[in-house]
Amino acid sequence: MSVLEFIILIPILASLAIWVGAPARATGVAAAVINLLLLVGVAWQFPTSAAETGSLAFTSSREVLQNPEIHFAVGVDGVALILALLTGLVTLAAVWQIQDDKPRIYYTASLLISGGALGAFVCTDLFFLYAFHELALIPTFLMIALHGQGEPAARRAVAWKTTIYLGAGSLILLAGLVWAVLEYSPAQQMTFDLEALRSQAATSPLPAAKQGIIFFVLLIGFGTLVSLFPLHSWAAPAYATAPTPVAMLHAGVLKKFGLYGLIRIAIPLLPQGAQVEWVQQAMLWMLLGNILVMGLVTINQKKLDSMLANSSVMHMGYIFLGIAAGTDIALKGAVLLMFAHGISIALLFALSGRMRNQLGTLELTKLGGLAAHAPAFTVLFAFGAFASIGLPGLANFAGEVMVFAGSFSGHGLKELGLLQWAVIGGLWGVVISAVYMLRAYRSVFQGSAQSGLFMTDPSLSQRWPLILLAAALLVVGCCPWLLLNLMKAPLISL
Amino acid sequence: MSVFSIEVGVALLGLALLLLEAFVPSISRRNLGLIAMGGVALAFILLVFAPTTPESLPGFISAYHQLDSLAMFYKGFALVTTFVVLWLVLECAGYLSKFTLEGKVSELLSLPLIVCVGMMWMASAKDLVTVFVSLELVTVSFYVLVAYARKSAFSIEAGVKYLILGALSTGILVFGIAWVYGATGQLSFEGISTAVRSSAIHPQVLLLGSAFVLAGLGFKVAAAPFHMWVPDVYQGSPTPVTAFLSVGSKAAGFIVLTRFVDALLVSGSRVATEIQALLLVAGAITVLLGALPAVFQSSLKRLLAYSSISHAGYLILALACVQSTRFGISGGEIVAFYLATYLPMTMLAFLGLGIMRAQGLGEEIEDFRGLAKRSPLLALLMTISLASLAGLPLTAGFLGKMLVFVTLVDHAYWGALGCGIIAAGVGFYYYFKTILVMYSADENAPAKQNPLTLCTGTKIGAIALAAIVIILGVYPKPLQFILTQGTHAPAEVTQK
Repeated sequence: MSVLEFIILIPILASLAIWVGAPARATGVAAAVINLLLLVGVAWQFPTSAAETGSLAFTSSREVLQNPEIHFAVGVDGVALILALLTGLVTLAAVWQIQDDKPRIYYTASLLISGGALGAFVCTDLFFLYAFHELALIPTFLMIALHGQGEPAARRAVAWKTTIYLGAGSLILLAGLVWAVLEYSPAQQMTFDLEALRSQAATSPLPAAKQGIIFFVLLIGFGTLVSLFPLHSWAAPAYATAPTPVAMLHAGVLKKFGLYGLIRIAIPLLPQGAQVEWVQQAMLWMLLGNILVMGLVTINQKKLDSMLANSSVMHMGYIFLGIAAGTDIALKGAVLLMFAHGISIALLFALSGRMRNQLGTLELTKLGGLAAHAPAFTVLFAFGAFASIGLPGLANFAGEVMVFAGSFSGHGLKELGLLQWAVIGGLWGVVISAVYMLRAYRSVFQGSAQSGLFMTDPSLSQRWPLILLAAALLVVGCCPWLLLNLMKAPLISL
Repeated sequence: MSVFSIEVGVALLGLALLLLEAFVPSISRRNLGLIAMGGVALAFILLVFAPTTPESLPGFISAYHQLDSLAMFYKGFALVTTFVVLWLVLECAGYLSKFTLEGKVSELLSLPLIVCVGMMWMASAKDLVTVFVSLELVTVSFYVLVAYARKSAFSIEAGVKYLILGALSTGILVFGIAWVYGATGQLSFEGISTAVRSSAIHPQVLLLGSAFVLAGLGFKVAAAPFHMWVPDVYQGSPTPVTAFLSVGSKAAGFIVLTRFVDALLVSGSRVATEIQALLLVAGAITVLLGALPAVFQSSLKRLLAYSSISHAGYLILALACVQSTRFGISGGEIVAFYLATYLPMTMLAFLGLGIMRAQGLGEEIEDFRGLAKRSPLLALLMTISLASLAGLPLTAGFLGKMLVFVTLVDHAYWGALGCGIIAAGVGFYYYFKTILVMYSADENAPAKQNPLTLCTGTKIGAIALAAIVIILGVYPKPLQFILTQGTHAPAEVTQK
């Protein structure tokens, strides 16, 4: 058995055990800690040769169906490993910060989402990759509907909206995947094995026009899951409504599945697909919608949670920019940014959830001066907020710089194409981010305290999972090569 | 022991149980049920090791009986279904006996065996007459079973509806068989598949006959537009009988449909295009007419009835591709595969319903409110069952649906595919609505907060069904092995 199979099974089995009666907190935290340690071990042992050739490590494969050929196959390359690490980190923080008064379904759901996300990242068979992502959607739906913020009717409406968007997106995605599988499968044998499909795509690629169409179907499918403009409208209400651990896990980790799919499935199978002119232009306009339109929407938010939720939609635009550009540096930057954004948004949602618990409100106008009584809390929030803006030294900066540089240099620089203009537009997104994040930071933490509303620092035991996230931001920000070394091989071969 | 003698044995066991109940009044309901279940289990074990060569059959029957892999698969399917249904009867006997004459449930324990034999014969049928006789054996037994809860007005109503419409559809089926015979001069499937290729037949006459046969069979499998009886009959029947109708009766219809359609769509057939179009349209309408009204149901039993219609639609869509072999898996195999995954998840859902009734609760979706608090295990098992019915990945329900979609994509039947996807999407809504109710707390009715207690046998059985749902979703290979071993290596199973 590959260690990766354990990594998938541990959270799922733990969540089952908790549901039928095991001690919730102890089991949940233990499962998360063990999983994170295993993942760090995998990263430590990740062979240099695999990083340099882009091949899979820690593979294992079990046939579950002969025809069509489906394997329960696991394995990681650099990209998958980075996202699995992200999942491990965010899961630990999310499970740890669950308050003692919450019912056990919080632990069950968080671990199930985590297991689903890990399965989606480390499975190398399209069938299971898709299946595990779907698995994570049930607990997300239930948690928003049952334990979300606000009136029952309102949160149920949000849960349905989210589920319908994600369900429809998944069905479109399934159609796209099946199409790609049928196109690249050998004559008599349908296979879902990603490596087999990739080698088939490398040796006998489809005509570029057809690649473009399939890529677009996949873009719509994956894009809905990542809140690509204009298919984004489920995301902000969902994150603002979801219970804290679910918001952390979904915004931080599960949403990255769509981007992961584009980088790991769509681009290798359809390398020219993203470069077909109409596909690229459509993608650029959509991602500019994410960055600029959603940026302005974010500025206008009056509550901290909906501001963070909208900002998370906005930041997806940068990652799409890297994918649209399709150069090696831009793609690697996109992966780095996925990691950085996952950590920073999870940190911010954890902190804002804490504030909501203690203060009962997150309206920016009612808050103020919180720094006075909660200095440690303020520092942690500052890490998340500044990382999110893209302050040098924190992880997001490294990713954003690589995306912008890789996209701008694009394919020669004779004249400014739409891609270059999109980069220029996207750069203004950084300014927009700074405006809303700094404004929120000032109005929440500085100035004079409003009457009766003040926070206390979390106790030390509650603090350290958050410190872990902040530390990850700092370490990756200062030494991005730690992650980049895992994916030395080019992510795209045109 | 030849397959035929096993079947005769099951029939004799059914008759013996009837007599036993009548002449040995001291025998308890539980023992009667255990004898029946034991007999079915024994028959299943014997069937696994039975020879499948044509020579193993007694001479007088071998002209009407075939033992290909599909037949053996459906025979096993019938036995497993009957076993689970008998168990369901024992689970539900307590409350069911309030509605039956003199509080008896004994016929509910013996008649399923007769139905089982009917289904097993049908699986082997080589010609339309054998099909008709065994189909009637099944249907007539069901007339009794559906109306068995005599003191419940719903059950009587269901019985009358089922009787009238069932008799009508039987008439239509015989009429159709007569026309097919008139057009082709053949009654055997093999003969029909040869005749449809010859230029001597009148395609219009054959089409007319086939349409009648398909309509008659469409009634049995609840295909639109012959599905109107399903919700009322399902709702009125005793829950174990509903489960039996939903799984057994449907499978029986589909084995015949598979053989008949297979014969009509044989390559070079002169009626292939029309029959295929007919099946695609019927399938597309069926998935939609099953899924859309399901949204508005407040009774879980009715919801499951509509869901059963919708599932029949997917199966019919797969039948339209019955001759497809691009990926070495034919439409008939997809149908069998789908039905095999459909068995555990549907049985589990009906078991949940039965348990709720046995605890003195109703069959409305609202009765499930707060179930997660009262019995986390039952809520979890029902979630698995409903998620699988919805077709969520990693459960048994996904793969069958996906194979249907893949085949439709492969044949470029985009319209049917679109209907299928819409129905699947709508399905997510009504199944998830039910799941959500189970996990929502009930603040207004504190009396309903008391925990439910399940006896150990029920728990073990239910967990086993749920485990099968998950295992088939994650590891479907054994199922495919069972399905194909007869065709690839017939020698392996013979003469053990």
